[in-house]
Amino acid sequence: MKEKLVVIGNGMAGIRAVEELLKLAPDKYEITVFGSEPHPNYNRILLSPVLTGEKQFSEIVLNDDAWYAEHDITLHKGKTVVDIDRRKRVVKAADGTTAAYDRLLLATGSIPFILPVPGKDLPGVIGFRDFADVEAMLMAAMDYRHAVVIGGGLLGLEAANGLMKQGMKVTVVHLPDALMERQLDAPSARMLKKSLEERGLEFVLQGDTEEIIGKKRVQGVRLKDGRELTADLVVMAVGIRPNIELAKKTGLYCERGVVVNDTMQTYDPAVYAVGECVQHRGQTYGLVAPLFDQAKVCANHLAHFGIARYEGSITSTKLKVTGIDLFSAGDFSGGDQTEEIVLQDAGAGMYKKVVLKDNRIQGAVMYGDTMDGAWYFQLMRDGTDVSNLRDKLLFGQAHLGDAGHGDIKTRVVAMADSTEICGCNGVCKGTIVKTIVDKKLFTLEEVRAHTKASSSCGSCTGLVENLLAATLGGDYSTAPKKKPVCPCTEHSHDEVRLAIRNQSLKTMPAVFKTLEWKTPDGCNKCRPALNFYLLVAWPGEYVDDNQARFINERVHANIQKDGTYSVIPRIWGGETTPGELRALAEIAEKYEVPTVHITGGQRIDFLGIKKETLPAIWGDLSKAGFVSGHAYGKAIRTVKTCVGKNWCRFGTQDSTTMGIELEKMTWGSWTPHKFKLAVSGCPRNCAEATIKDFGVVCVDSGYELHVGGNGGVKVRATDFLCAVKNPEEGKEYCAAFLQVYREEAHYLERTAPWVERIGLSYIKQRVVEDAESRKLAAERFYNSQRFSQVDPWAERAMGMDKHEFIPLKLVG
Amino acid sequence: MQAVTKTNTNSWIEVGAVADIPKQGARVVRTKDGDIAVFRTLDDEVFALRDRCPHKGGQLSQGIVYGNKVACPLHDWKISLDTGMAVAPDEGCAARFPVRVEGGKVLLSLIPEEGCLNA
Repeated sequence: MKEKLVVIGNGMAGIRAVEELLKLAPDKYEITVFGSEPHPNYNRILLSPVLTGEKQFSEIVLNDDAWYAEHDITLHKGKTVVDIDRRKRVVKAADGTTAAYDRLLLATGSIPFILPVPGKDLPGVIGFRDFADVEAMLMAAMDYRHAVVIGGGLLGLEAANGLMKQGMKVTVVHLPDALMERQLDAPSARMLKKSLEERGLEFVLQGDTEEIIGKKRVQGVRLKDGRELTADLVVMAVGIRPNIELAKKTGLYCERGVVVNDTMQTYDPAVYAVGECVQHRGQTYGLVAPLFDQAKVCANHLAHFGIARYEGSITSTKLKVTGIDLFSAGDFSGGDQTEEIVLQDAGAGMYKKVVLKDNRIQGAVMYGDTMDGAWYFQLMRDGTDVSNLRDKLLFGQAHLGDAGHGDIKTRVVAMADSTEICGCNGVCKGTIVKTIVDKKLFTLEEVRAHTKASSSCGSCTGLVENLLAATLGGDYSTAPKKKPVCPCTEHSHDEVRLAIRNQSLKTMPAVFKTLEWKTPDGCNKCRPALNFYLLVAWPGEYVDDNQARFINERVHANIQKDGTYSVIPRIWGGETTPGELRALAEIAEKYEVPTVHITGGQRIDFLGIKKETLPAIWGDLSKAGFVSGHAYGKAIRTVKTCVGKNWCRFGTQDSTTMGIELEKMTWGSWTPHKFKLAVSGCPRNCAEATIKDFGVVCVDSGYELHVGGNGGVKVRATDFLCAVKNPEEGKEYCAAFLQVYREEAHYLERTAPWVERIGLSYIKQRVVEDAESRKLAAERFYNSQRFSQVDPWAERAMGMDKHEFIPLKLVG
Repeated sequence: MQAVTKTNTNSWIEVGAVADIPKQGARVVRTKDGDIAVFRTLDDEVFALRDRCPHKGGQLSQGIVYGNKVACPLHDWKISLDTGMAVAPDEGCAARFPVRVEGGKVLLSLIPEEGCLNA
C-alpha cells in the first residue's frame, strides 16, 4: 500500500516539493494537499503585474486543476487546516475535513505583519500577500481615490505602484528615512524616490503610524507627529513573518519559523517543512529561489533517497516596477573590513556600488543600469578574487574584452524579440521569453534544457539570466551556495577531488560508493571529470577508463559533423622541415585526404578521415616520425612560436628553441581543459603569447611569463606572472603552473576562469614566491609525464583498441 | 529487449559476441540501409538503435553510455536506449532494432520496430 503524504499549503514551495517528489518517486505516495485559498497554485511573485493590469490571474497559475487530477492528488482548495494530531497522524480542516498521513509537509508560508495600532481591523485595511488582497485593491481602486501604503520596502512600493496605475492617489508612509533600506544604500534610495515621485507617488519618510482612523471603513491614517493623511484604502506592507500558528499549536519546535535541519525535517521526524514558514540555521527566506532549493532537498528525503542537504542560500533582489531598474544582492552595508567602489551619474540616473571584502564581492547595489547584476551576483557566489578586475569592475562585463557579446547596447529589456541571444544555438530573445512563460520556467538550467540557449559556450549566460529576471519579475535568483558536479551527486568538484586524495579513492566505483552517487555508473558529465581527477591523483596507478572519455579522446581524433575525423600531427614549436612536409604530402595523397588545412596553432590538419582509416594513417605518420598532436583533447595542444633572434632583427632570445623544449616537456599531459602555449621572441609578440594559457614573451633581460589568457569565445589577456632569467627556470615555472592547474581546477575549467576564480595572488604564491612549493609541483608534473608521454597513435597503429575502429559486422 | 512478434525468426543475424562490445560502449553493424548501433550497458544489457541522432544525425554509437542512455557526441542530446526516445525536453527518436543475447552471442534483426520515423 502507498504511504500517505499530506501537504498543508498549496503555494509555490509546497507544490514545488510535490513536483520534485513526483520526478523522483511518482508512485510512492498518495498525496493530499490543503490550501486556504480558493485557487490552485499560482506564482505569487507575479501578483504585482496582476495588480498593475499587466497580467491576468490566469496567466500566473502554475498548476491548474487538471494537473492535480493528472497526478492523482486530492486537492482541498479553500480549506484551512486548523489542527494536527501528531500522535494519530491526522490533520483536520476548519470545515471538518480530515486526512491521515504517514509523512506531513508543512508549507504554510508567511503572513503580512499588521501593525498593532488602533483601527487595524477596519474594513479597507489589508496586507499584500495573496490574490484576495489584489482583488480587494482592484475593487477599492474602482470606488475610491486615496490610498496609503504603510511600508516603503519592496512589497510596499510594488503595491503603491500598482494602485497608482489603477488610478489611485497613493502616499507611501515609511518609518526609516530611506526607501528599501534593506536593499539600497542612501544614494540609490534617493534616486529611486525621485523617480517614483516623478511618476506621481508621494512619500512620507520617518512617518510613524499612530492610528488608523475611520468609523465603518478606514478614512485616514494619523501619524505620531500629528499629521493626518486621507485614505480609503490602507495597505500594510511592513514585512512578513513565518506563518507558524498551526505548527506551534501542535507543539512543533518553533523560533521565528518552524525550525528544520539540513534535510528540511522538523523536530518531529514524520513532519517536514519548506518555504517561508521555515527557519533554517537561524535564517528565514522570502524569495523564490531558496524555497525551490529547499523543495528539492525535501523531495529527496520524502522519496527516501536520503542524500541531499540544504545548506542555505544567498539571494538577490530586483524591484518589479516597470521602467525602474534596480538590483541589489548580498551585504552592502559595509564595515571596517570592507571597501566600496562607487560609480554615480545622477544626471543619467545611474548608480552602482560594489562592496568588497578581501577583494571578493560581498554585496552590490545598482540603480538605472542593472545589466551586470547577474555577473556581480555570480562573482559573489563563486567567491571570485576580483583584484585584477577592480579598475574595470563597475564598467561591467562588456568592458572586459568580451568579443561580440555583452555589448552594453544589447540591454535585454530593450532588445527586439528577434535579437539573437545565443549565437551558438541560434536562439532569439522572443523564443526564450515565450518558453519561460509557456513552460513556467524559473531557473537557468530549465531555460537551457528547453531552449538550448546558454547551453553551449555559455557566453550568453548573463543575458539569459537577465531575461529570466526581466520576464519573471523580481525574485528570480539563482542560489545554491555550492554547485554539484552534475545531477548524479550533491558533491562539488572541490569536494570530490579532496575525497579522492584524502580517502585514497582509486577507482571510479570507489568514488561512486564512498560519495554515495545517485546513479550506478554516473553520467556523461561526471564520468569524464572523475576519470581526469583520478588520473591526476594517482599517476601510473589509475587505469584510464576509455568509456568515460568523450569520443575525441577515446579515439584520439576530432569527430566532424559528418562523422569523419580530423588528424593533426604534432609539429614541435611549429617548426618543420622540407622532409617532414614531403612525408605529410605523400601521406595526404596516399589517403586522398579531402582537405588539408593550416591551424591557428601552427599545425597541419588532415580533415575528412574515415574512422576505419585512422590506425593506418597514424601508422604512416608514426613511421615518418610524427606523434599525436592531441588537438582533440583536454590536453596540451600546441606551443606556438616565432622565429626569434635566430632570424628576426627584433628578436631578443631564441624563442623557437624554448618553445620546442616546452612542448617536448609538456606534450601528452591531460589537463582540466585544453591548454595552449606560445613563446614570442620580443614584446611585439607575434606568437600571441598573451592570449595563451601559458605564454612567454622574451625581452632583452630574460623571459616574461604570463598565464591565464584565452583567445576563444571571451578574449582574455594573460596576467603577468613573473620574469625569469633563463629558459630552464621558465620551464620549471611552467611545469609547476601546469601541475597546480591540473590538481586544483575544476574539470572543463580553462585557465582564464580558473585564474579569475582563485586569484592571481594565490598562483603567484604557489608558483613564484614559494620556491619549495614550485619545485615540488614541478616534480609531480615530471613524474606524471613519465606515464603520459606515450604516443597514442603509435599504440593504436599497432592494434590497440582495435574494436574502436572497425564495425562489429558488415551485413549485406 | 524482447523480440517483436512480427519479426520473422529467420531474420535474426548473429553479429558477434557480447564481449566484443565494450561495457558502457557500443559497436556498429554496417548494413546497406545504414549503420545500426549496438550498445552494451554496465550490467550487460544489449540494445540496438539506428545510429543516427534525431537532432542532427550524429553517430550515437560514438557517445558516452551511462545507465540506459547514450549522449550524442555532436550536441549532447540524450537518447534512451530502451525506448529510442530523446530525453525530454528534447523531442525525437532513433528507431529500435530487435536484439537478443543467446549463449554470449548477439542476435540482431535488421527490421526496425515500428513507431519511429527515424529508421
